[in-house]
Amino acid sequence: MVKIHERKFVSCDPDKCVGCQICEYACSWTKEKAFNPMKSRIRVVRVNQIANMAVACRLCEEPACIAACPRDALTQSEETGAIIVDKDKCNGCGWCIEACDYGAIMLHPESKIVYVCDLCKDKPDGPQCIKWCPEEALTLVTSDVLAQKARIGAVKKLFQEAKAKK
Amino acid sequence: MYGYAGRVLRVDLTTGKTRVEQLNTEIAKKYVGGIGLGMKLWLDNSQAGVDPFSPDNPLILTLGPISGTMFPTAGNGHAFVSKSPATFGIGEAVAHGTFGAEMKRAGYDAVILTGKSEKPVYLWIDDDSVQLLDASHLMGKSPAETEDAIKDELGDYYIRVASIGLAGEKLSRIACIINEKTRAAGRTGMGAVMGSKNLKAIAVRGTRDIVPAKPDEFMDMVKEFHERMKGPATQKYRTLGTPENVLVHNALHCMPTRNYNNAHFENAEKVSGEVLNEKFVAKIIGCSSCAMRCEHEVIVPEGAYKGTMTRMEYETLWALGPYCGIDKLDAIIKGMELCNYYGMDAISAGVIVGFAMDCYEHGILSKADMGGVEANFGNAEALIQILEKMGKREGIGDVLAEGVRIAGQKIGKGAEKLAQHIKGLEVTGYDLRCLKTAALGFAVSFRGADHNRHGAYAFDVKGKVDRLKAEKGRGRMVRDMEDTYALIDSFIVCKFSRGTYYKEMPDMAKLYSLVTGFDMTPEELKKAGERINTIARVINVREGLGRKDDTLPWKVMNLPIPDDGPVKGAVVTQEELDLLLDDYYTARGWTLEGLPTTEKLKELGMDDALRIVEGKQEA
Repeated sequence: MVKIHERKFVSCDPDKCVGCQICEYACSWTKEKAFNPMKSRIRVVRVNQIANMAVACRLCEEPACIAACPRDALTQSEETGAIIVDKDKCNGCGWCIEACDYGAIMLHPESKIVYVCDLCKDKPDGPQCIKWCPEEALTLVTSDVLAQKARIGAVKKLFQEAKAKK
Repeated sequence: MYGYAGRVLRVDLTTGKTRVEQLNTEIAKKYVGGIGLGMKLWLDNSQAGVDPFSPDNPLILTLGPISGTMFPTAGNGHAFVSKSPATFGIGEAVAHGTFGAEMKRAGYDAVILTGKSEKPVYLWIDDDSVQLLDASHLMGKSPAETEDAIKDELGDYYIRVASIGLAGEKLSRIACIINEKTRAAGRTGMGAVMGSKNLKAIAVRGTRDIVPAKPDEFMDMVKEFHERMKGPATQKYRTLGTPENVLVHNALHCMPTRNYNNAHFENAEKVSGEVLNEKFVAKIIGCSSCAMRCEHEVIVPEGAYKGTMTRMEYETLWALGPYCGIDKLDAIIKGMELCNYYGMDAISAGVIVGFAMDCYEHGILSKADMGGVEANFGNAEALIQILEKMGKREGIGDVLAEGVRIAGQKIGKGAEKLAQHIKGLEVTGYDLRCLKTAALGFAVSFRGADHNRHGAYAFDVKGKVDRLKAEKGRGRMVRDMEDTYALIDSFIVCKFSRGTYYKEMPDMAKLYSLVTGFDMTPEELKKAGERINTIARVINVREGLGRKDDTLPWKVMNLPIPDDGPVKGAVVTQEELDLLLDDYYTARGWTLEGLPTTEKLKELGMDDALRIVEGKQEA
C-alpha cells in the first residue's frame, strides 16, 4: 500500500487558478467524450471574483468516503491511493458524498453511481486536467511537496518584505 | 445535430406560456448564431415601427454554434437582440462568462421573449423544465444580489443568472443585462427592454453533453489555439489589459476628454493602465473555456472607497474618468461598481455624466437643476452623486437616464450640441476627429456609436493609414472588418481572441465546420458576415433609419481639436463624411442612400427582405 507521504493527487494553486473551467472540460472529454462540467471529476469553485479554485480528490489516509459506504463499494488503490468505485456494489445512496469534506466524490448524472478522480490511470501522461490547465495552476504532488512549496513561498515573501522595509 | 442545440424556446410573458420549436437549420446556417441569428429572429417576429417598450417588441437571447464546447473563448458567450430604446434601430449586446455555455447545455440556440408579465417574474430554465417564478422580492436588487438570491432560493450554486438592476426596472435607456456580477451585455439598452417585460432575471441550469461533429480534429484545433493564446496575439489582454489604451490613445491625442472638449488628458498618467495594475488589480480571471484570461478585477485598498471590488476595462475607465475630466482612479472604480450595481452601461453612463458636466459648465444646467451637485469637470464626488441619481432616476438623473440624445432634447438651450452620440447611442473612447477610418465605422455602425461593430480604429491607431485623411478605400476596410466582427459575435467567440485566428476566414470556417459538421468554406462564411450586416441594415431601414442617421456627433464635425500637438485642428467635415459614406455604400453594393439593392439581397439569398426595401431604393 502506497504511503500517505508518497501519494500524489491533483492540487490547485488558488493564486494561479482563474476559474476558467478548462480542467472540467478536459476531464469530461477524457472520461466521457463530452463537454459537460456535470461529468467532470474536478470542479471549479468561484467564491467571488478573486477567489477561484479547482477541487479534486485528495486521496485521504483512511478516507471518510470508504468508511461511510454501507455496501463496501469503495476501496483505495494500493498502488496510487486513488478511490476505486465498484460499479456493481454502488447504488448511488450518497453516504460517501456526505462524508467527503471536499465535495470530491459525486453522483454521476446518468449512471447514478458515484464517480471520483482516478488520476487518469489509463493515460500514460497522467491527469489530463494538469496537461490542459493554461495557468499551470494544477500539479500532481504529494502533501510533502506541497508543504515544501508553501515553506519556500513563505520564506521568500518574508525576505522580500524585509528587503522592502530596508 | 452538432454545434446547434436544434431548439428555440418561446416564452410569452403575457400568458406565461412557453413552447419549444425546432431551429430552422437553413436560417441557422445563413445567419450562423449569436447576433446574426438573433437579428433574423427579431425581424421575423416583430412589426415595423414597434415601440421598444411595447410587449410586442421581442427580446431575443441567442447562443452560438460553438457555445458550450471547449474551444477557447468560444464556449461562453451569449447575445441579446431587440429593438433598442436608445437608437430605435436594431439593438444588440454580447456578454461572456459562463451563462452562455450553461444555456447551451440546457439545449437551446435561442430564447424568444415576447409580451409583458403582469407581475415581476424571473425565468427559470432547468434543462427542459421552464418556469416563470415570482420576482417581486427581487425588485430593486442589484444584478449581483439577484444572482445570489436566486441561487439561494433554488438551492443550486451552479445556476447561472443574467439579470437587470434598478436601471432596467425603471426603463433607463442605458440599462444593461449583467451575468456573473461583472459581465454585461452592455450597450443599446437591452436591460430596459427586459425591464419593460417585467422580467427581472433569467436563471439557467443545463446538464446536456456538448459534442463536436469531428471530435479528433476539433481537439487538435483546440490544442493549436491554446498555444496561440500564449503568444503575442493576446499579450495585451493577459498583462495590462485594455486600460493599456489610456496612455496609447493619449499620446496620439485621440482620447476624448471632458465631453469632447479636448482630445488629450493632461492627467492621463494618474489613470493609466499601468497605475491601475500596480495599485488596484487584485486578480485577472477568465471566462469559461478561455485559455488567455483578461478580466482585471480591482480592489480599492484604502480611502473613502476602500474595499470596492469590480472589473475594469479601458472603455469604462475612460468614460468615467478622462471623459469627465476625472483623474482619481478610486472614484472611477467606485463609479464602475455603481454602474454594475444599478445595471447601467458604464460607457454610456460615463458619457452622460460628461455631458451633464459640460451642460453645467456652460450654464445650461444650474446647481439647483443638478440637485445641489457642483458638477464641474474633474469633480469625482459629483460623478458618484450623478451616477446615483441616474441609477435611481431621481431629480436630474431621471432625465439623464434617457441617454444624451433624449436628455439633450429635453434640457434644450443648446444641450443637443453637447450630446455626443450617434443614432442615440453614446460615443466610446476614440476621438473620431483624428481617426477617420474609425469615424466612418462609427457613423455606419448599425447599433450607433460603437467601436465593437468594426474595430476600424485599429487602422488609424496602428498607423496603417493616414488617420487624418478621408479617402476612398476606407469603405472597403470598414466593410471587411464589420463582416469579421459580425461573425465573431455570431459564433460567439471573444473579440479579444481575434488575433489568434491567423488566417481569419479559413480558421473560422474550419472551426464552424468541425463543430457543426456543416461544411463551410471561407467564402461562404465571409458572405454570412455580409448577410448579417445587411440584415441589420434592412431592419434599420424598416425602422426608418437611413443615410441621414449615418452621421457623427456634433462636436466631431464642428469643434476642431484644440489641443496643441499632432492633430490640432482636426475635425470631420460634411464633405469628408459624404465621401466616406459614398465609398462605404459602394463597397457594400448599396445605393447611395444606404439601401441594399435588389441584386445584392438576391445575391445573399435574402429574398425575404426584398419587400422591406423595395420601393424605397429609388426614393
